[in-house]
Amino acid sequence: MGKSLKGNIGTLLGCALILIWCLLPVVWIISLSFKSQQAVTNGSPGFFPSSGGGAGWSNYSDVLQDEQFRRAIINSIGISLIATALSVIIATLAAYAIARLEFKGKKFVLTTALVIAMFPVVSLVGPLFDMWRTFGIYDTWLGLIIPYMSFTLPLAIWTLSAFFREIPWEMEQAAQVDGATSWQAFRKVIVPLAAPGVFTAAILTFFFAWNDFVFGISLTSTERARPIPAALSFFVGADPFNRPASLLAAGAVVATVPIVVLVLFFQRKIVAGLTAGAVKG
Amino acid sequence: MSTTYVQTAVDPADEADRPDSDRSRAENSLARKLVAPALVLMLLVTAFPMLRALYLSLFNYSLTDPDAREFVGLANYATALSDSLFWRDTFNTVGIMIITVAVELVIGFAFAMVMHKVIFARGVIRTSILIPYGVITVVSGFAWQFAFSNTNGFVNSWLPFTPDDFNWFGQYWSSMLAIMASEIWKTTPFMSLLLLAGLAQVSEDMLEAAKVDGATWWQRLYKVILPNMRAAIMVAVLFRALDAYRIFDNIFVMTAGANNTESISFLTYRQVIEQFQLGIGSALSVLLFLSVLVVAFVIVKLFRVNLADARQES
Repeated sequence: MGKSLKGNIGTLLGCALILIWCLLPVVWIISLSFKSQQAVTNGSPGFFPSSGGGAGWSNYSDVLQDEQFRRAIINSIGISLIATALSVIIATLAAYAIARLEFKGKKFVLTTALVIAMFPVVSLVGPLFDMWRTFGIYDTWLGLIIPYMSFTLPLAIWTLSAFFREIPWEMEQAAQVDGATSWQAFRKVIVPLAAPGVFTAAILTFFFAWNDFVFGISLTSTERARPIPAALSFFVGADPFNRPASLLAAGAVVATVPIVVLVLFFQRKIVAGLTAGAVKG
Repeated sequence: MSTTYVQTAVDPADEADRPDSDRSRAENSLARKLVAPALVLMLLVTAFPMLRALYLSLFNYSLTDPDAREFVGLANYATALSDSLFWRDTFNTVGIMIITVAVELVIGFAFAMVMHKVIFARGVIRTSILIPYGVITVVSGFAWQFAFSNTNGFVNSWLPFTPDDFNWFGQYWSSMLAIMASEIWKTTPFMSLLLLAGLAQVSEDMLEAAKVDGATWWQRLYKVILPNMRAAIMVAVLFRALDAYRIFDNIFVMTAGANNTESISFLTYRQVIEQFQLGIGSALSVLLFLSVLVVAFVIVKLFRVNLADARQES
């Protein structure tokens, strides 16, 4: 009795620690984004904005009025969405083959994907930089979409083939026996079962593309294609020790909010994906 | 029409002989068509540029003076390998990798144990653990840089053993600590999710049996839980180690390589993108790729040795 109580307190403490761990830097950067520039440069080491040092929403309005920042957000959304869509479509085809069909070279595809997932991205920056300039796609959306696709494919293929393996494919035949055409059987039975997996893969892929920094700073030179993480790092001044901290924090919050919203959404979809997989019986 | 007839007339016997072969041939070709786009794209953006890097690394080639390009053989590799910068950066990278992965393994495992136990608020915990994963690495770099800053950060005032004006980015060790803190914060949740999946595979029956036999908590951890999670731990360590070996974003944002905190990825980036030295940069790219392979190999070997040890033990 006493032991389980101790265990419960331990678990509760553990939960509190996990929550603090996950949220502390996030709360900190949000708090920083509401501090005034003066309070920050004069040195206000407090965690929360002090009574005199608050800036309200002014950092946010400054950031949102910045043309380069707006371009970077648009670039990031556009590039990430296109790369995600294309990557998930291509990965779905491959994962379907891997999960459903027996074929020579299956192992090769999976190994290639694994190797690429572990590839040091910076290794490719030099040759890609050179090649993209030759092809004329340096500093364009396409020049980022292609590497993003290639680097998100392994993740998408692995996630999707794991999902697809769980799908009871016999149901497709059962539907056909019941009089559905094979297209109907595929559309009405398999697609709904596969959808949660595809969505999960899409979220993970989008994460990757939105997060990328190395390609973002190496394969762009202007605001034409520069995505938000790269733009943030170049935001006002090259001196890393005297950055406009509170302004940058506001920009960081704006760039992070969509992802965090997706995380919340993602959680539900995963649960949905798991329950859909449980239809098996 | 007639050919179809002939075929069906001939085929049945044929098909009876080897019923799988036609089907498997059809499956093979369909599968190849479905897999081709993914495979081509992946190879196009990795294998091809890598071969090109291999080729370019044999030249003295600078984009600021492309006409002066000349074949120099392995001279770029000799330059890189005899340069103290290369070894300093390799030392940094390996150090960051070993320390962060070790710390993450311990904390991540503790988190996984808590998440495994918790019944209430499971959704809240699992959602929040995805937040560091979702936060852009650059943003987490900023957050930690500002947190450690001696003008606007909070770390100095929270830590009892540092003076309020302690400049974390004034010297090597404290800069490295700050960089590792941001790395550990960001990726421990990922580690704990992988370990949680492994934890779920440990049989409850076995744990219960060990408990009945009077095993203490530590004994159960060492004799039942950890051995049964070896595969999950290996995957988690391998993924995280290779990821840590590529460290770039945090360093770029937090110190920009000041105080000798540069990583091997950063050195490669500087040579190629900032100084346009494609020849030596390509050599560094190849060396970086090879060192990642070595790291992967060592980790796989290391865990195999452990496996053999464990088998002898029992």
